[in-house]
Amino acid sequence: MPRPHYVAAIDQGTTSSRCIVFDDAGNIISVAQREHRQIFPRPGWVEHDAGEIWQAVRALLGEAVSGAGIEDAQIAALGITNQRETTVLWDRETGRPVCNAIVWQDTRTDALTRALAEHESLFKERAGLPLATYFSGPKIRWLLDEIPGLRERAERGEVLFGTMDSWLLWNLTGRHITDVTNASRTMLMNIHTLGWDDELLAAMGVPRAMLPEIRPSAEVYGRTAGGVPVASALGDQQAALFGQTCFAPGETKSTYGSGSFLLMNTGHEPVVSKHGLLTTVGYQIGSGPATYALEGAIAVTGSLVQWLRDNLGLISSAAEIETLAKTVDDNGGCYFVPAFSGLFAPHWRSDARGVIAGLTGFVNKGHLARAVLEATAWQTREVVDAMNADSGLDLTTLRADGGMTADNLLMQTLADVLAVPVIRPMVAETTALGAAYAAGLATGYWPDVESLRANWHKAAEWRPAIDEAVREREYRNWKKAVARTLGWVDQEEESRA
Amino acid sequence: MGETIQSVERAAAILRLLASGPRQLGVAELAKALGLPKGTLHGILRTLVRVGFVEQDQATGKYRLGATLLHLGSSYLDVNELRTRSINWADALAGRSRESAWIGTLHEGHVLVIHHVFRPDDSMQTLQVGTYLPTHASALGKVLLAYDPYGEAPAAPLRAYTKATLTDPKALEAELDQVRTRGWAAETEELTEGEVAIAAPIKDARGIVVGAIGIRGAVERLASDGALHMEYVSYVRDAARAITRALAR
Repeated sequence: MPRPHYVAAIDQGTTSSRCIVFDDAGNIISVAQREHRQIFPRPGWVEHDAGEIWQAVRALLGEAVSGAGIEDAQIAALGITNQRETTVLWDRETGRPVCNAIVWQDTRTDALTRALAEHESLFKERAGLPLATYFSGPKIRWLLDEIPGLRERAERGEVLFGTMDSWLLWNLTGRHITDVTNASRTMLMNIHTLGWDDELLAAMGVPRAMLPEIRPSAEVYGRTAGGVPVASALGDQQAALFGQTCFAPGETKSTYGSGSFLLMNTGHEPVVSKHGLLTTVGYQIGSGPATYALEGAIAVTGSLVQWLRDNLGLISSAAEIETLAKTVDDNGGCYFVPAFSGLFAPHWRSDARGVIAGLTGFVNKGHLARAVLEATAWQTREVVDAMNADSGLDLTTLRADGGMTADNLLMQTLADVLAVPVIRPMVAETTALGAAYAAGLATGYWPDVESLRANWHKAAEWRPAIDEAVREREYRNWKKAVARTLGWVDQEEESRA
Repeated sequence: MGETIQSVERAAAILRLLASGPRQLGVAELAKALGLPKGTLHGILRTLVRVGFVEQDQATGKYRLGATLLHLGSSYLDVNELRTRSINWADALAGRSRESAWIGTLHEGHVLVIHHVFRPDDSMQTLQVGTYLPTHASALGKVLLAYDPYGEAPAAPLRAYTKATLTDPKALEAELDQVRTRGWAAETEELTEGEVAIAAPIKDARGIVVGAIGIRGAVERLASDGALHMEYVSYVRDAARAITRALAR
């Protein structure tokens, strides 16, 4: 009998990297995980050491394979999924990073993005993205401006740019490439042609010589030192869309991690949002056409729970928020809008800052915990409303995944505020699963996307259980609280900071 | 109710006083506040220091609450934490066995269902998190009873849910002995006609059983001629071990 084969995926995330081995039914066989340092040189700045991340990833593959009790030769394909937009610059000659990576959460490019305002419609139309500190382009530009001599070296192609997928692919296969989903987050790629765009490059001031070649999300890019085909790369949210098997237009997933991201498959045509959503590439399999997605990005959801744990000490682990929230029956009139670094979709207001509204002497820590969980639900509701308006479709069920789906109270609250059933799929690790699926498709481990659909199963379902009148009253209160976050930061004050 | 023990009451009074503020207290201050002779206090304080409930500052000789006491209330594993740490393995268990997966903990003499994964056939199912199962008539309950650190037996009379339910306390005790010997529990049409369940213990870093994980399904799928298919037992025990390893980290 031939030995069974498996597919592995590396999930290079914001706080840790993981390697997960899956079997052909999409079941998890083993997991290895390593955390890496978060470097905060100044308020608003967030950096990673790309060298440290590569060392961790290299070790993980071996750990996950041996943890499954198998050998490299039994891994049919390796997929990569990664934190998006985080910007790595490295020396082509030595292969070493020339500086710390600037992480997607970093807001140092705020003044720079405002200075690019004259090009706003160009970026929106060609790249599908609003001007925001979030994306890679401004981060590259900032480094080229700030580090002496870097621009000249970049123009000569001596210093290379890549997002985390690109950095890992360079180290795994020796090629300077990126996948189309990651490239769609740079503000430098034309989402219609799927190539680097000279006008976007000129507007951003980034030389073409430093950019990787854009490849499909699934094809054999090369092999690891152990001979495993490296066969997919997808940004984490696109990978989750793929892992949730949202292959048909209209199919939508929502991933609950530090932030939350709703993506709706919009088919082979990019849809430009009128309601504050991003247009992004969902995936491209081999030489097939690209599939596009509308994305609603929420900056702070799970990280608000961590804030309650780390900054207030009200809970000792993130999961305990559910225990604390269940000590009371409702939010006690209290609403928490976590606009810690402004509001993302659908508002895109960098001048907003967080508020806790509706406080009275009655409110206790249990109510605050409720308000924290409800903040995730209401922010989801705002994005769903925007998606319904843009797509002309009404969401009928929400496919939720990510770490926070372990929180039953949050899942019930989501169903209550969205007024649709919320479904958790069998594999909550849809990000890694999506990368594994794409890699397995590229190598023929799975024959087609229909065989992947057959792997998708409902693990749990929460149905709406509150009255429409209550839902509407709470939504009105939430909107009042959101209105109070806007305009908090004065532009002058912000530029000084 | 019998009489109370004076020295325990005095120890409690000392702890309460030390917990009342951030200040460290000397023997003289404690003696004054409690109206007790210093000699009496010395003996109680020495005992409290030995068990780690109170610490004495080396420099000042004053007393404060000990680290052991501070950890006493927070050492139990929160059920939501247990679900979070188990979720991947419960999914994999349901995926491999093609049956619904369940995690339970003991709660006031019942099994509290803290996690439930649907049987992966996309049929209509309702989430059972937060519901209770009887301890003596469920595989989860038998595991939790067998490894309960307090060793409490369920209150008699044991209710019969089917004609196969164990209602004789002696028969149940023999069954729990077998659970401890084998490391897993079975329930064969003891709660619901036509349904079989298997469960195994989840242990925390100290080796204490903090929950049970198992599967439940139709007797014709999980057993033949009254005997369980052993591969299902392996799936359940693998999942329990994987979660136990995750909790040890």
